[in-house]
This record gives sequence, structure tokens and C-alpha cells, in this order.
Amino acid sequence: MSDKLLEVQNLIAGYQTKMGRVLAVNDVSFELKKGELIGIAGESGCGKSTLAYSIMNLLEDNGAIFSGEINFSGDNLVDFSAKEIKQFRWQKMSMVFQSAMNALNPVMKISEQLIDALKAHQKGISEKEARKRAEEMLELVDIQKDRLDAYPHQLSGGMKQRVMIAMAMILNPDLVIMDEPTTALDVVVQRNIIEKIEDLRSEFNFSIIFITHDLSLLVEISDKLAIMYAGKILEIGPAAKIYSNPLHPYTKGLMNSFPPLTGEIEEMSGIEGKPPDLLNPPAGCPFYPRCEKRMEICKTEMPEFKELENEHQVKCYLYQGSDNLE
Amino acid sequence: MIKDMLKLFITNRKALLGVIILSIFIFIAVFAPLIAPYHPKQSSDQEGKFQLRAAPSSKHLLGTSHAGYDIFSRLIYGTRLSLMVGIVTGVITTFIALTLGLLGGYYGGVIDDIISFINNIFLVIPSLPLIIVIASYITIRGVWPIIFVLSFTGWAWGTRVIRSQVLTVREREFVKVAEVLGEKPLVIVFREILPNIISLVMATFFTSTIAAVIGEATLEFIGLGNISAVTWGTMLYWAQNNAALLYNAWWWFLPPGLFIGLLGTSFALMNFAIDEISNPKIRKR
Repeated sequence: MSDKLLEVQNLIAGYQTKMGRVLAVNDVSFELKKGELIGIAGESGCGKSTLAYSIMNLLEDNGAIFSGEINFSGDNLVDFSAKEIKQFRWQKMSMVFQSAMNALNPVMKISEQLIDALKAHQKGISEKEARKRAEEMLELVDIQKDRLDAYPHQLSGGMKQRVMIAMAMILNPDLVIMDEPTTALDVVVQRNIIEKIEDLRSEFNFSIIFITHDLSLLVEISDKLAIMYAGKILEIGPAAKIYSNPLHPYTKGLMNSFPPLTGEIEEMSGIEGKPPDLLNPPAGCPFYPRCEKRMEICKTEMPEFKELENEHQVKCYLYQGSDNLE
Repeated sequence: MIKDMLKLFITNRKALLGVIILSIFIFIAVFAPLIAPYHPKQSSDQEGKFQLRAAPSSKHLLGTSHAGYDIFSRLIYGTRLSLMVGIVTGVITTFIALTLGLLGGYYGGVIDDIISFINNIFLVIPSLPLIIVIASYITIRGVWPIIFVLSFTGWAWGTRVIRSQVLTVREREFVKVAEVLGEKPLVIVFREILPNIISLVMATFFTSTIAAVIGEATLEFIGLGNISAVTWGTMLYWAQNNAALLYNAWWWFLPPGLFIGLLGTSFALMNFAIDEISNPKIRKR
């Protein structure tokens, strides 16, 4: 058996609106190995959350997966029935939501919520066992056992988020999707959470899809990094490679928009313009209007992935030149 | 949970007063035969017939009615039916409102459309005329038709309010989490959503109960109830019919009115504690 856990192939997903289809995820493919952490970065509205929700099969009523495959250790999740997916979800893959403040029911004790999560999937489990498991999980995320019967408002924001992580891990899933888990927290707490996630990952060897717009954070924690723009992955590869040698003009722009921790602070720059309307996606590269190095061909055609070195792939004509000329 | 609730009602002064008043009423209702000096339909004793329309005296604390009944005894016995009608109607109305509100609010779609449509009709029709019309068509005279009429016309506001609240709670993140977790819809409705709106449900119960007590009194006052029943409403009916106001027999019409008011006050006071029931954050520890 290969160590491949998740393989997303040519996934197209989006929302059906009165004005037409919004392709929030447009032809996205990537692979995730067991125990690997893939970071998905991109600005607001680039489709990263839609991608996460598609994998979880959690799209809102008007959202749908239009085509593509999501292979999860051999099973294509797209073909699963609602009932199958319900069994599958949380058991095999779970999710940490963005706002832990709201993800816990304010009138229920932490213990009840953790135990509910357990009971929803393990029917026969006794109250005592469930409680014990909940205690263990809390200790894993560094929350003392005696906080088990606390109400959410008695915990700090960071603690709530850790409870959510405990909840996501209570069934020992193979994959945890984290949708901006630290966005609402301050940097110190954010650091704590990230370290906790890292510890847990090395202990339990589960895979993580980590979604955020905080690229500097991603560079630090991810094994693999995918840069999303207007529903497409423009560049994907080992995080260190992308950090040291960003290829796509968009990635370069992103990297330029935050200051480096070490070394000289050069002039920072943003990226001019705004993302394209996903209702009428442009025929060519979606980044074309904002790209500094655009070429004529970019306007009409979208390049395929070009693997440069060591799994570092990019979709840009700048790097396909040699092939095209021949 | 129940223990917590009791504690809440006791630690909150206003609510405590409400609980005390209600307890007194319940005590009166339960032990009516022991408290009341006479049977409500007794118009004579060994010393002979009671004096008609007597003023309050040591023998008749609140005087006697036109038929010679002891008004104080009727007031005590009247507590039984008035309270019963109020609470039973309150329970039925709240139950209907809660069921429909939860169903419509959580499931949405066609179910919600149908419920909301009927709900709107009931909200638009002025309820008192509706009550009167229905009551005058019902030929059975008794307490149950009144309970039926009041429940039938009283559920709309509660349903609307609960539905709106369910709509907002449903969109909260923790409900989404529960859905993702694979909880069944019924579990989500009763375990995740209901505890968040329990104060609203209690408020609905209190308001609909007091509305039922007043509604019952109204119906009986205008003669659409069972006039031979002994309730605060029929007392007012007989007092009005026999011109109690004209000859200043305040002991006849004032006490039942006062009791209705007091019962309403007790529910209103208890309402002060219910916010704390559903919100652990503002509970005093």
C-alpha cells in the first residue's frame, strides 16, 4: 500500500447562483501523503474554504462538486452517498473550524460536547469510557482534566480552539482539515496552537490540510504548500522550495507582501488590482490582468503544471518556454 | 439541571417573590376545601339561609352574592379552575409553539412555508373576536372547550417568536459542527438548539399562561363560558350581571380581579430569572 492518503484530481466545485455557476474551485489537483501537512494559501475568495468543504462534502445547499475525484485511501468520496459520508466524516477525517468561539455550544459543558462527538460514531461506548476518552483528549491539548465540566465561556479563546482540536481528534481521524484555525487568535496564542498541532501530528501521524491566508505561518509549518488563486492552484511544492524560490509571479507578489523575519527589510509591495470575477472566469490565466510579466498567450490560454524540480510545480508560461519553443 | 433551575428561582429576588405568589395560589387551589369556610354553592347553613348581597362580616369575609353564596369561598374554589385552565392552556400553547417553531425554524423549506402561512393567518386575525366567535359556536359548556379555544387561538405568537430564534441559532457554528459530526437532526434540534432557546420557551409559557387566565376571565365575563362553573371569570360575570359596581360591592368584583392581576404578576416576576436558566454565562456562582 502506498503512503498516499488523499488524492484530489481535477476537482471542479462551486456554487449555483441565479446568475450562473461560480467556480470557486476550478480544476484543482493535489496529493497528500500520510502524516503530511499541506498548506493552502491564497487571498480571500480564492476558493480555499470551498476546497476544504468539498473534501468534507459539506458544501452549502447551492454548492456542489461538478466534476473531479477525491480519492481518500482508495475510495472516491464524490461517489459516496449521504449516509456513507456521514459515517465517514469525523471518523476518518474531521475539521477544525475557523471560529472556535462559536463552534462550541454555549449552554453545554465541554464534556458533554466531546462525549456527544464520540457517541455519534461509537454507539456502544459507555458513559464512563467516553468520559475517560474526553479527559485524555483534553490532556493531549494541555487542558487540565478539571476543566472538563466547564462551560465554553469559562475558557479563553485559545483554550476553546484547543478543545476544538481535541474534538476533531477524538475519533483518531487520518485527516484533519483546519480552516483558518488561528485567525481569530493573537500571535502568542497562535504560536501555542501551532506548536500543539505540530506535537500531535508527530505523535499520531495524521495528515493535515491547513488553510489560511497567513503565508508566513504556512511556510513555517507546512511540508507542502499550494498557492491558490481564483479557484486554481498556481503553484505547488515543498514549502521550503516555494519560500526560497517562488516561481509564479503571484507567489512572488505574496512573498513580497510580508516582511522577512531575518535580514534586511526591503521595500514591501502588494499586488495591484483585484481577483477576477469567478462568475465569468477569464479564458486564460486568472492572474493575467494583475501580472507584471504577462505575455500575449496568457490572455487566452491557461498553462498546465510544469514540474521544475523535486515536485515543485507551477502553472505559468514563464517556465514553459523551453518546451513551447521546440 | 432541575436543581439548578430551582436554585435560580430562589436566588433571584424578583423571581422568588413570583414563586412565592404562585406557590400560595397553588396551595390555595390544592387545599381549597380546607381554606374555604363554605362550599362555593352553599347558600345556607344550620342557622338558616345566608343573607343575600351581604356586606363583608366575620361570617362572610367577602360578603355574599345575589344568590347568597359566600364570595370568599367562591374566590378560593375559583382559584382551582382558573389556575388549571391557565396552566393547561399554557402548556398546550407552548407545546404547539415549540413543536411548530422548531420544525419550521430548523427544517425550513416547504415545512416552514406551510407553518408560516398558517401562522400568519392566525397572527392577522384579531384573536379576541376569533375566540368569541369560536366559543359561541361551541355548544358544550365546560372548561375544556375554553381550553381548546384559548389554545387554538393562542399559539401563533409563540410559534413566530420561537421560529425566529431557532432560525438564528440554526446558523450558529456549533450547529454546523454538530451536523458535521454526524448527529441526527432530532438530536441537533433537542440537544443543541433547544437548550439555547429554553428561556424563550419559558417566557412563552408564562405569557401564554397569563394570557389564558385573562382570556378565560374575558370569555366568562361576557358569558361565553360555563356560567355555572366557579372561576374568577364567572365571579366577575355574576358581579357585573348583578350590578355590583352600582351598589359599591367592591368585595365582590375586586378580589377576583386582584387575584388575576397577582397571578399575572407572579409569572412576570418569574420571567426575570429565566434568562439565567439558559445562559450559563450570566448565572451567578
